[in-house]
Parts: sequence; structure tokens; C-alpha cells
Amino acid sequence: MAGSNPNAKPMNLTLKVWRQKNRAAKGGIVEYKVKDISPDMSFLEMLDVLNEDLLRKGDEPVAFDHDCREGICGSCNLFINGRAHGPEKGTTTCQLHMRKFSDGDTITIEPWRANAFPVNKDLSVDRSAFDRIIQAGGYVSVNTGGAPDGNEIPIPKEIADRAFEAATCIGCGACVASCKNASAMLFVSAKVSQLALLPQGNVERKARVENMVAQMDKEGFGACTNIGSCAAECPVGISLENIAILNREFLAAKATSNNLV
Amino acid sequence: MILDSKIPEGPLAEKWEKHKFDVKLVNPANKRKYDIIVVGTGLAGASAAASLAELGYNVKAFTYHDSPRRAHSIAAQGGINAAKNYQNDGDSVFRLFYDTIKGGDYRAREANVYRLAQVSVNIIDQCVAQGVPFAREYGGLLANRSFGGAQVSRTFYARGQTGQQLLLGAYSALSRQVAYGKVKLYTRSEMLDLVVVDGKAQGIITRNLITGEIETHAAHAVVLATGGYGNVFYLSTNAKYCNVTAPWRAHKKGALFANPCFTQIHPTCIPVSGDYQSKLTLMSESLRNDGRVWVPATKETAERLRAGQIRVQDIPEEERDYFLERKYPAFGNLVPRDVASRNAKQMCDEGRGVGGSGLAVYLDFADAIKRNGADWVAQKYGNLFDMYAKITGENPYEQPMRIYPAVHYTMGGLWVDYNLQTTIPGLYATGECNFSDHGANRLGASALMQGLADGYFVIPYTIGDYLAKTAPKPVTTQHPAFQEAEAAVRTRIEKLMSINGTRTPDDFHKALGHIMWEYCGMARNAKGLEFAKAEIQKLRREFWSDLKITGLNEELNQTLEKAGRVADFLELGELMIDDAYDRNESCGGHFREEYATEEGEAQRNDDEYAYVAAWQYMGDNQPEVLHKEQLHFENVKLTQRSYK
Amino acid sequence: MSWISNTFSSSIGRKIIMSVTGLFLCSFLVVHLVGNLQLFKDDNGVAFNAYSEFMGHNPIIRTIEWVLVLGFGFHIYQGLALAAKNRAARGSNYVSDHIEQNSKWYSRSMALLGSIVLFFLVVHLYNFLGSLRFMDVPRDANGNEDAYGLVVQAFRNPFYVVLYVVAQVALCYHLLHGFQSAFQTLGLNHRKYTPAIKALGFGFSIIVCALFAAMPVYFFFFKS
Repeated sequence: MAGSNPNAKPMNLTLKVWRQKNRAAKGGIVEYKVKDISPDMSFLEMLDVLNEDLLRKGDEPVAFDHDCREGICGSCNLFINGRAHGPEKGTTTCQLHMRKFSDGDTITIEPWRANAFPVNKDLSVDRSAFDRIIQAGGYVSVNTGGAPDGNEIPIPKEIADRAFEAATCIGCGACVASCKNASAMLFVSAKVSQLALLPQGNVERKARVENMVAQMDKEGFGACTNIGSCAAECPVGISLENIAILNREFLAAKATSNNLV
Repeated sequence: MILDSKIPEGPLAEKWEKHKFDVKLVNPANKRKYDIIVVGTGLAGASAAASLAELGYNVKAFTYHDSPRRAHSIAAQGGINAAKNYQNDGDSVFRLFYDTIKGGDYRAREANVYRLAQVSVNIIDQCVAQGVPFAREYGGLLANRSFGGAQVSRTFYARGQTGQQLLLGAYSALSRQVAYGKVKLYTRSEMLDLVVVDGKAQGIITRNLITGEIETHAAHAVVLATGGYGNVFYLSTNAKYCNVTAPWRAHKKGALFANPCFTQIHPTCIPVSGDYQSKLTLMSESLRNDGRVWVPATKETAERLRAGQIRVQDIPEEERDYFLERKYPAFGNLVPRDVASRNAKQMCDEGRGVGGSGLAVYLDFADAIKRNGADWVAQKYGNLFDMYAKITGENPYEQPMRIYPAVHYTMGGLWVDYNLQTTIPGLYATGECNFSDHGANRLGASALMQGLADGYFVIPYTIGDYLAKTAPKPVTTQHPAFQEAEAAVRTRIEKLMSINGTRTPDDFHKALGHIMWEYCGMARNAKGLEFAKAEIQKLRREFWSDLKITGLNEELNQTLEKAGRVADFLELGELMIDDAYDRNESCGGHFREEYATEEGEAQRNDDEYAYVAAWQYMGDNQPEVLHKEQLHFENVKLTQRSYK
Repeated sequence: MSWISNTFSSSIGRKIIMSVTGLFLCSFLVVHLVGNLQLFKDDNGVAFNAYSEFMGHNPIIRTIEWVLVLGFGFHIYQGLALAAKNRAARGSNYVSDHIEQNSKWYSRSMALLGSIVLFFLVVHLYNFLGSLRFMDVPRDANGNEDAYGLVVQAFRNPFYVVLYVVAQVALCYHLLHGFQSAFQTLGLNHRKYTPAIKALGFGFSIIVCALFAAMPVYFFFFKS
């Protein structure tokens, strides 16, 4: 079967892949060759080819996280040739296609690196720190049932749109991975600003930002120095403006909340 | 076995209210004495876990993902239906009920569907309160759009990411309960078996995917919210990890599996580009509002096109066959999913398909661009066009999209009664995991509705009825049934690891998918199904003698995970074939070539097949036994669907 | 009070300290620059010495000086502490890292640039403030200490001239990032005003540092 571009020639590539047995083990780069890679393959399909090859030879396939393969679940998380999710802007690893590479290329593939994201194995990392940050306050405290009619609170379209844009974060962690400081500010700010913009989030806004920032620090993420790598690499384009909103919310909460700790 | 659907007495519109009053309640102080296991943290699971914890139950929630937010509910694009009638266009609970029953080709239970339509309005309110940023009008009120199979605008949406926003809402509610300590969250934990004690579901066996540890968990009730099994076809729009293992294990422990052959094939997906293809990507149904579907009028033109002798632009208007518009002038390109899919297949079978493989038809926006301009099209469908360009490397503004049907959703699942309880007391199934509400074909924007309805508004009531009749004594994993189940899981893993053959799990999975797609896909016939059954049995034998897995159980081993899932798919596939073989009619997504009208449309047989086919597992390699739940239609009239 | 220490020991709190002290130091730069521009006056340092005398003995200025010391102290301490903390948060480095494709080098090099400026600051204080405060400096015709003479003397040394110019280049890059970054940290980001803040920061960094750098060059070539 031919793809969209029947003239595209298959490629041979050299892969330098980070292999690491488990969290405690020391990892290192291992070099592999893959042959006859179609330009129409996705990056992960190219890794599937490598893994099937390794398995047939009796070697252990490379562990990596992935699931939906359509850019929305946030599972995939490869650091490709020195960039989070690879060279394409606004693209998750699973949506990166091999036509962006050329025959004979050497591709280096590493896991996200941050103290708060320990490596499980090979390219798979533990991002549960993100869950714990959300658990610290990334919600509106409403129990099921008893919610007022959806049209009870009109929300200006512009506000709803901005909240939506912040809410599109897929929690992949590319922001942390690409940040020199391994800061999680873009992730945290996306949730804080979504709920700060909406009236529903107003009731708990002070406690929310205080608790989420405290948890973020506890997890061992670095501090934001406004370098901007995170937003540049974010596959869904979460903007730096959110970090400013987070800073503002934090400052206002600390200055005016009744919380003495 | 008599299948008691426990549908409450009384008029349709009063059943749920009456039932809510009739079910037994658990005293608030007693709720903390009950433990509930929820497997799966997608829309149905996260909403159930959060709501049950809010009520005071102790919940243990399990997901094989690293976070509940990764569940495949997140990928739903279009929207969620609700009978709000905000648009003043004549919508009502009854109309949503009616559309869903009709769309499902009259193979769903009236009472369940009516309840679904009733609670649909509460879902929207709940999600708005959680901070889900639905699309809004300039006046600040909620916006709606229309979707296939309905003549009203009742679909609420958040651009093309409605599933994501709803899931993140449910995930936030779940996270809140985790913070309160009412939900204990087990991530990267895969359920590998159900534990049944004295005929009641009382726990599960899981494998920690990072350490390989086998764990036992006990509870007073178990809720399965583990999604659909479309990946039995290998290629589908499902996420790669989607699997049938949890419900299949429950099935083997006694839960009946209903309508396994009811599969939804979505007409607008990006076609397969090569053998390496790992999954298929959906292009939203909304594209058919402005895109025109066509193939070359003759086989010869199609052949020259495929060979690269002519370009699509070279085909003059009169040599193009806009087959949906030609065959269904009333609905045109907006016929329901099953009809659109079947017609695309037919064109390709006639040799008029396009693309390198000939397995694609065009979805052309040239007219829309000419009429309203490229900017207008970009504003409406920009993100979808970008996604298409990213995947195919083609520019859909300049040449038509190539699309082909792909497996998308499975209407079948564990049989449940009105309380969403399976045939094993204490075991519940919600969301796509159960069979209940969509009959033989699901309407667009109804999956999200059902998942959340089950989780937020049905299970919190109905599970109490069961628990109230169960003593609030602590449950433990001390019972021998736990040890037995754990030992069986260990044995199975050891068996998988020790085969040491030559073929990979993906290899078998692809072979299975090929059989299923060819013989139990968009069109089925008795001969093909017979052949497929034998093929699958053969494949299963090969699997258990020639599988290759490397590495150990005691570590992150994605090959082992995959192998376990493929093993279960290999069993499910055969049941799907049995079910398709047994149902001698065509309805919804189930199209038997022998049962078609003269014009080639699906021919239902209401006299003999207006039932739910619920299958009982009888032991390894034994034929399953069919039980029938007769469907009674008291509020709608069964008619032949016509879209001409 | 614990909430105060908690606030300012949090990652955002630390950044707020950096931004507030940074902006304060920017205001100091303006004052310092305006005063020092008198070096360009062709009066053999009369005006400059008078200004220097005023700055060295006015009780209000001397009080504010302590605030300035605190500002520097906090900025330097916090900056170095943050850099260490952030380095630790990353843990290990990538084998292949093309961070240059998504960010500006000077944004990533604030600690390095700041350290260069700090080194310069020590030398600078030793050159001038040290002499004025702790040594006997000759007086000019008006009886003011001849700070101007110190400047002339110092900038005869090409080593100092080069150091001063390099330090101003480092400061310029430090400010290019720091100025607008301070506003972002304080939450002052708005699609209407942020472009103006960025433009202002750009102009500020270049103009201030260029004028400072012009001083040693001017003295080296024209006054020695």
C-alpha cells in the first residue's frame, strides 16, 4: 500500500535511544539502526518498527508512554534531537511524522528530565507530580447534583474562550522538560488561570493558588525565570500570559487571604 | 437463566423518578463502612468514583494510565447532547429519547434511553459548575450545534475538544476526592481478574505495571468503567491501550456479554497509509456539513488516478460521482454513520476507490471554499484541516481529503439491568463498557452523554440499593477466592512469559484485526463468519504456542501487557463472530449482506430479532450460550429507517 | 510571621523578590547614570565632585544607600540561590539539548551575566567608593573630594576600561531579559501594555548601558 506520497523514498536512520532499566539504575544511550522507514509513518510508528525488531531478536523493546496517538491524551513525551516532542512546532510526539526527517539522519531520543519526573524505565517517566498538584486545588468544589442551570451564570464569550485556551493543556509535561529550571509554572498556570477567569472558580481562588503553588514547590520543580522555552515547546500553545496570571493570583492571595501559614 | 432487566413499572416518563424513590438508601453514617472499587477513570469511571466518594463511600479507583486524565474519553471531538432546548427549536427529553432509539435502529431498551435523555440536562449543569469552558454565545449563554441523526441543535461543545474538557472536569472532581482521602487512586494498575465470593463481586486482582506486583483488592461492590473493545480490530480510532480485559475477565466469571457484534464504523477517518499503521484518526462528523463525498464515476478513471497518470484536479465534474447525494437526495452527505460508511466501502469494492491503496473516497471542500472562501472554512474546520495536513502531508485546502471508514465505538458490552448491574450481583458496568443505551448504532455526541449520565446520575442511586441489602461488615482479601484468582493470574502470566515462540503480540493482534475487519467489519455474511471463526481459533492456538515476550514480569513490560490484552481479544473476537452469525438480520452497525433491501439498505427483522443477545461463558473453548432479553417498544413505532 | 516567610521562600515569592529588587536596582541605575553624566561636562570635574560630595554626605542619601545595599544583597543572594535550586530541579542534563531553538541565550544566562556584573561591582566599589570612603582623597578647588581625579586615574588603565565595557555589555543583556521579566513575575502582562513594556525595557537596557560604557572609553581616549 502506498501512502499519500508514493514517490517518497524509505529512509534508513540511526537512533540513539536512552535505555534505563528502572528508576534506580544508571541509564545510557544505546545506538540502533532502523531501515525502510516510510516518510508517512508517525514517529511512534517508527519506534514500533524498532521495537518489533528488537523483540524478534530477543531483545527488550524500548519502553515509552503513548496512547491516543492523536495528540490529545498527553501520554507521549519524547525528547527528540534536543527538543521536547521534537522539531515541529505545536506538535506532540505522536503527531510528528517521519517526513520531517531525512535518509541517513541520526536521531537522539531521551526521556523528559526533571527531578520531579523520575524515569520509570527507558523513555517512560513518572508524571504523577502533576496529579498531586491538581489534587491540591485544581478543581471547583461542587458535589454532583444541585448545580444551578448551566445558563444561570452568563460568561462573556471572550472570557469563556480564554478559559478554554488555558484549559486545553494536555498535561504532557513538555513545559517542564524543555525548561532549563524544570519549572512546572506553565502547567500550574494553565489550570489556575482557567479557573481564575471563570466565575465558578472565584469562590476558592485564593486557597487554590496558594495550595497549588505550595504543592508545586513540594514536588521539587524549579522556579520560573521567564525564559519562555515552555510556551515555545507547548504542543497546544498555552501562552506565557497564564504564568503572569498565576503570579498575580499568587501575590493577591498571599496579600489578602486570611491564611496565616 | 432469565434476564431480568428490572425496568420499573409505570409510564416511561415516571419510571426513573419512581425508581429513585423505590431504591433502598444507605444511611449517611453507614456509607463510610462500604468500599467500592471503580475500574477505569474515563468519563464514566471518574464521574462515578467522584460522585460515590462525595456521598461518603470509600472508593478505590484504578487506571492503567499514569494519570486519570489520559483516558480515551479525552479524544472525543464533537460534543455532548442534552435536551435543554436552549435553542427553542423544539427539542425535548422525548425527542432526544426518540432520536436515540431510532438512531440505534430499535435495538436499545426504552427505559434506559429515556432516563439517559432525562439526566442529560443535569450533566450540562454539573459540568458548567465544575468550570468546563463550553462554547458560549456573545451574550454569555451556552452555544449549541447540530449533529447527525437529529433535526435540532442540542449538542454542547468546547471547540473540537469536548471530550477533553469534560474528562478534565470529571478528573478534577475525582482529584478533589483523592485530596480528601475519600478516593484512593491506583495509577498504572491494570485489572487482570474479578473476584467473586459466594456469587457476588467482591474484589479484583491487579498488576502494578511498574513493578509487576500482583495485588488483591476487596470491596463491597465493583464498578467497571473500562471503555470499549474496538481495538479487537487492531486498527481503530481507539487509543492504543484500549482493551477488553477487565469486562472479559468479568465475563469469564459469569457476567453476560451483550450484543458483542454491534460495532460502529465511523465514515470519516484518515485512511490507512501503510502496513506499519498503528491507529486511525477520526475527522469529526461535522466535516460532512460542508464537504462533498465523491469517487470517480468509472473504474477506469479511478485506476488512472491511482496509478498517478492523472491528478484529482484533472477529473472533470461530469466524471465525478457524488454517490451520497445521488443515492440519498434528502439527507445527502449527512446520512447516518452506518449508511455513509457502507456506501464508501461499496464504492471501493467496485474499484472506484482513490488514494494509493484504492481504499479511500474523497471529501471535497472545493465548493465550500468557492462559496464562502478559504478563511470561512479555516475558521470552522481549521484545527481538523491542520491535523489532516500533519498526518498526511497533504493540504486539504488545495486537494480533497481522502477518507475511509474506521472502527470507532462498540455498542455492545457487559449486559446490565436498569440499575447498571451485570448478571453478577455487586458488579456494575458503566459507559461504553456496558451495552445499554445505543442499540445497534450510536448517534454522534451521545457517548459522552451516556458515560457521564451513568457515572454522575445513575450509579450513585442504584449502587446504594445493592449496598443497603449488604451488611456493612469490612471486606478483606482473606477469602480463598482471592488466593485462587491471584494464583490464576500468576499462572497465566507465567504461561505467557514461558511460551518463548517467534511471533510478537502485535503480530497476532494485526492478524486478528485483519480477520475481524474482513469478515466481521462493515459487512458480514454467514460464509465469511464461518471461515473467520475457524481462522480465529487457529490463530488463538498459534498464539499460545508461538508467542514471544522478552523481559520479566517484575518490571515495566509493555510487551507482556500487550500480550495479555491480545489473548483476551482473541477470545472476544470469536464471540463477536458468533453473535454476528446468530443475528440473521441487518440493523445499525451490523450489516449482514444476506439481509438487505433491494436497494442494498439494512433490512431489520423485528419479529425475530428485537432482542438483546446476551452471551454466557461456559468454559474455555466451549460454545457460549445465548440468552435473549426481549425488547418491548411501547412508546415508539418501529419503522424502516429511510434517508432518501 | 510564618505566612511571610512562606510566601517569600516559595518559588514565586523568590521571583517576586528578584523582580522587585531588580526594578529597584534599575531605578538606582537611572540615578547613578544621571549623576555620572556630569563626567562628560568639560569643567575638569567641578560639577561631578560637588555631586559626589553631596551623595557621600547627605544623610538622606546615606540612609537610602542602606536600602540599596539591601536591594543588592537580596537580589544577589536570591539570584544565586535560585540558580542553584533550579539547577538541582533539572537533575541530569540531556545528552542532546537544543534549547537555543526555543529561547534566548541571555534569558538562560542570567546567573552568569549577573555574576559578571557582580564581579564588576566589587572592582567598581573598590576603585571609587572604597577610595572615597576609606582613604584620603585630594580635594578640588571647591573643597570637594576629587572623585573626578579618581575616575581619570582609573581609566588610564586599559584593563579597567575593558572590564567596565564588558560588564556593561553583560548588564545590558541582563537587563534585556530582566526588565520585562520583572513585570511578568509581578503579573503585569497584558496584551495591550506588554509590548510597550518590552520596548521600554529594550530601550532602557541599551541606552543606560551604552552611556555607562561610554564613560571609561571617553576617559581612556580623551582624558588620559
